[in-house]
Amino acid sequence: MSTRARTPVLPGVLAWIAALLMFFPIAWMVLASFKTEVMAIATPPAFIFPPTLENYQEVFERADYLAFALNSVVISVAATVLGLLLAVPAAFAMAFYPTPRTRGTLLWMLSTKMLPPVGVLVPIYLIAKSTDLLDSRTALVIMYTLMNLPIAVWMLFTFFKETPKDIIEASRIDGASVWQAIRVVLLPLVGPGIASTALLSIILCWNEAFWSLNLTAHNAAPLTAFIASFSAPEGLFWAKLSAASTMAIAPILVFGWISQRQLVRGLTFGAVK
Amino acid sequence: MSSTALATPRMRPAKKGLGGRVNTLPLVAPSVVLLLVFSLVPLAMTLWFSFRRYNLLNPAIHGFAGIANYKYLLLDPGLYQSLLISVLLVGEVLILTICLGAVLAALFEHPFWGRGVARVLMIAPFFVMPTVSALIWKNLLMHPVNGLIAWICRSLGLPVIDFFGNWPLSSIVIIVAWQWLPFAFLILLTALQSLDESTLEAARLDGAGPISTFFYIQVPHMSRSITVVVMMETIFLLGIFAEIYVTTSGGPGVATTNLTFLIYQRALLAFNVGSASAAGVIAIILANIMAAFLVRTVASRLDV
Repeated sequence: MSTRARTPVLPGVLAWIAALLMFFPIAWMVLASFKTEVMAIATPPAFIFPPTLENYQEVFERADYLAFALNSVVISVAATVLGLLLAVPAAFAMAFYPTPRTRGTLLWMLSTKMLPPVGVLVPIYLIAKSTDLLDSRTALVIMYTLMNLPIAVWMLFTFFKETPKDIIEASRIDGASVWQAIRVVLLPLVGPGIASTALLSIILCWNEAFWSLNLTAHNAAPLTAFIASFSAPEGLFWAKLSAASTMAIAPILVFGWISQRQLVRGLTFGAVK
Repeated sequence: MSSTALATPRMRPAKKGLGGRVNTLPLVAPSVVLLLVFSLVPLAMTLWFSFRRYNLLNPAIHGFAGIANYKYLLLDPGLYQSLLISVLLVGEVLILTICLGAVLAALFEHPFWGRGVARVLMIAPFFVMPTVSALIWKNLLMHPVNGLIAWICRSLGLPVIDFFGNWPLSSIVIIVAWQWLPFAFLILLTALQSLDESTLEAARLDGAGPISTFFYIQVPHMSRSITVVVMMETIFLLGIFAEIYVTTSGGPGVATTNLTFLIYQRALLAFNVGSASAAGVIAIILANIMAAFLVRTVASRLDV
């Protein structure tokens, strides 16, 4: 009881101040998205104002926003599905049927992730150019699938490792077939792991901004590249930039908050648990 | 609970338990083969191009260049400048994120009112795409005339900071640190939460205050995770590209041209494939030094 009474208030207050400061740029952007262009660059800045939806309207009407958003969705989902199709069997095999080679394979996969993208920019660009894949969704789907494959395999591997094998053996002894065991016993156990791997993959694909800026021009450009087009001085409309940005990050913020616990596991290759 | 339904015995003789010998090659091979092709083919091509005379703008010039690309590159002060920028960028962001991340993790380790919500707000910047965070910071916050920070400075009677005019690299460091602080924070928080409660209790009974607890118990406990953060962030931060692309394009001059941006300029703006590839090889070698440490650290924790 005494420890409870002595719980200091100060750390909580400081933590809240830090959290609000960290979130402030995002909040300020969302606020600006509801201002008029004149109000968005006004000094002193407007904190209270009649909100307008005209930026959202204009972004939708003028900038082919939907085409860019569709590219982001298609590319992220396709790369994630493809990646899981490759990673789930591999991780399953390595977790449940380890061989003497498993350890080496896992570490080698990790090491491929360490290859800096810019080191292979030239060949990838030239391959895409010669196969007519420049500015195509296919090129980004291939790049993202392979880019995230090591992370997906590792993350799934750590989830599968934690699944008690005895339960499956018990169900087999009880007479379940292999497929029954996988479907009824294993899947419900590893389902959450697969789901959070998928979420992390979507987040990473959605926010990727090296290949999307270098391999796409207009047809296949996802939202990261669309937002980059606002960096041109003549394109500088703060309120519209804010509206487009708000829409671009909203879905991923939600995904990120859902998967925050698994994030650490996925991005550190199980080195921190 | 629902799995008990499965226990209805069907008495089919089990051939092999899950621990039996199964040929797993078809399950693992697709991933391995694709990754192998994906990593080896471009790598070999980069190496090959780095020894070639190859400019996309002038197809007439081609042929074996020997070590001319490397010689030219290693004599170019631009390379060393870009390496210095890369190191400064990575180093400054690392110091900021790890120091702040450790302190914040210690603050969030105690329960307080609304901790879950505060944590969600805290990690939000990590999910903002790089082009958005760079442009929002550059315009809405750091703009020398209309930006919010300029207004705050003026209201307080302080001189206005022209972020991207006078401090281009520091401005990028601030933006990148804002994006990566949540990563360091989350990992260090996870590490702190695995600290045994009785250790803290013992320290408290021995009269240790929060400051000495932090430095003598929590920081040593986090040391392993700090190593992981250093290595992971280094690998990602060496590749910082979009933030530079949308804010400064490497300028003014070459003040914010890191190695990644230098290679991009050589390859896709100057179309000098040979020179860009030679620089790419240097980037790969640098990343591999860091990667070797990381793989070793992960390997020590991996029980297969």
